[in-house]
Amino acid sequence: MNSPLLTLEGVHTHIGAYHILHGVNLSIPRGQLTMLLGRNGAGKTTTLRTIMGLWHASRGSIQFNGRNITALPTPDIASLGVAYVPENMGIFADLTVKENMLLAARSARRADQIDTARLEWIFKLFPAVEKFWNHPAGKLSGGQKQMLAVSRAIVEPRELLIVDEPSKGLAPVIINNMIDAFQQLKASGVTILLVEQNIHFAKRLGDQVAVMDNGVVVHQGPMQALAGDEELQHSLLGLAL
Amino acid sequence: MRATQLDYKPLLLVPLLALLALPLVGSDFTWVTLTVAGLAMGMIIFIIASGLTLIFGLMDVLNFGHGVFIALGAFVASSVLGLMGDWTGSGEIWRNLVAVFPAMLVAMAVAGAIGLAFERFIVRPVYGQHLKQILITMGGMIIGEELIKVIWGPAQLPMPLPEGLRGSIFLGEAAISKYRLLAVAVGIIVFALLAWTLARTKIGLLIRAGVQDREMVESLGYRIGRLFVGVFVVGSALAGLGGVMWGLFQQNLVPQMGAQVNVLIFIVIIIGGLGSTTGALIGALLVGLMSNYVGFLLPAGTQFASIFLMVAVLLWRPQGVYPVANR
Repeated sequence: MNSPLLTLEGVHTHIGAYHILHGVNLSIPRGQLTMLLGRNGAGKTTTLRTIMGLWHASRGSIQFNGRNITALPTPDIASLGVAYVPENMGIFADLTVKENMLLAARSARRADQIDTARLEWIFKLFPAVEKFWNHPAGKLSGGQKQMLAVSRAIVEPRELLIVDEPSKGLAPVIINNMIDAFQQLKASGVTILLVEQNIHFAKRLGDQVAVMDNGVVVHQGPMQALAGDEELQHSLLGLAL
Repeated sequence: MRATQLDYKPLLLVPLLALLALPLVGSDFTWVTLTVAGLAMGMIIFIIASGLTLIFGLMDVLNFGHGVFIALGAFVASSVLGLMGDWTGSGEIWRNLVAVFPAMLVAMAVAGAIGLAFERFIVRPVYGQHLKQILITMGGMIIGEELIKVIWGPAQLPMPLPEGLRGSIFLGEAAISKYRLLAVAVGIIVFALLAWTLARTKIGLLIRAGVQDREMVESLGYRIGRLFVGVFVVGSALAGLGGVMWGLFQQNLVPQMGAQVNVLIFIVIIIGGLGSTTGALIGALLVGLMSNYVGFLLPAGTQFASIFLMVAVLLWRPQGVYPVANR
């Protein structure tokens, strides 16, 4: 199927008195990794939260897999196969790593009911998750928390993985680990939408790129085209980053 | 890094307080009597407060109307016990327990059902609005108290202990009230059930996660609104059960009895850490013990003892003995 997995058409979002998104048009192709770039306050996080139904669009429509999800509540959107890792990672600090993973595995009532093969795959991607399995998640380092947050999002098969600034505040060596992990995830066929401010991270991973500024998408196309066109980079990223 | 382990320091507070009181009380037997009485009172307060701490912690709802479920539970149980006079009048403890048990169940069922309506019509419209929550839930409590007056009358009602639960057993010269032993047993059962549910079941996991980050629980695909309602109903039912225990403890009922306990249970959940069941247990036992020791040593200071205790704990741990992360 070649139709996009997720499409936003003319999406406006208000938060209280503030008008944050001013008609976002965005298309996320299946099986590819799309980078959403933009400076602070451009509307990237609001776009992700609007997709997840955490803030509702005041105008426009959001189609996921051919279904209109604009007004759906967050749990229903998640149940359709959308996994979300927020900027603060959303780790339950008082729960153990195992309990965090069990919560995300909706079909499992106990940890031993989580799909073993999938768990083994996750342990290979992120060994820290296995190493600290019975430890409180709040005691993990920033990088380990990010690994747990992504592991939690993929503990069951999902069609779309949405991650907000996965490289934020991480050491370079951890960023490289994250890049390897996302490349493996991409190879497994998952569609991924990543918000980033780190252009080098974005260039190494992205198939597609969308750039936001002032609550609208000002550019969308293949990452290769942007990476190979310095003038375009300068005009877009000089503006937006 | 070490695997999960319980922070043991708050657990030491209860034996520490009891040991500190021993030289002040003087007589060993009086100390045993006061300690068992304090633990029993603490267990009853815990039963009432456990529901409120979950409602507060998970739903971020300042339910100042929690007290009405205490009064309702007590009045419903008094009616049920009144119908079972043959059983409560018997000197055999097992016959008394057969009467008290259904009274508890009916009280919990009625308090839970009214809790469901209270959440739907009074609390739900003011989610996220603390000032309105305080005002409307207090209003709800006043209406509830007036309805109790309409049904049971405004006068104080006696709620005598069943015959076999009256009196004390003696350990040397220490008198231990039979009913207080029952209260300790019921409190332990409630705590064990709550602790098991919270620690060992997926529902419990969801509640603990919801206390920390409701939005993330929804993002994982769970309808937290249903969990809210379930917790509110269970919290109200526990308040009803606590009302039965408190009514039998006081042996008389007034429609305002819930409001009278309200301050005490808010002190307990603040000491415990909002949303923490184990914290509520420790807070309740501390308040129960403190009230009994101070009541014996310095009767005029009883009113201030719990507030002094809360201030002392908050100076040590400003978010309560077991603060819940991410709140």
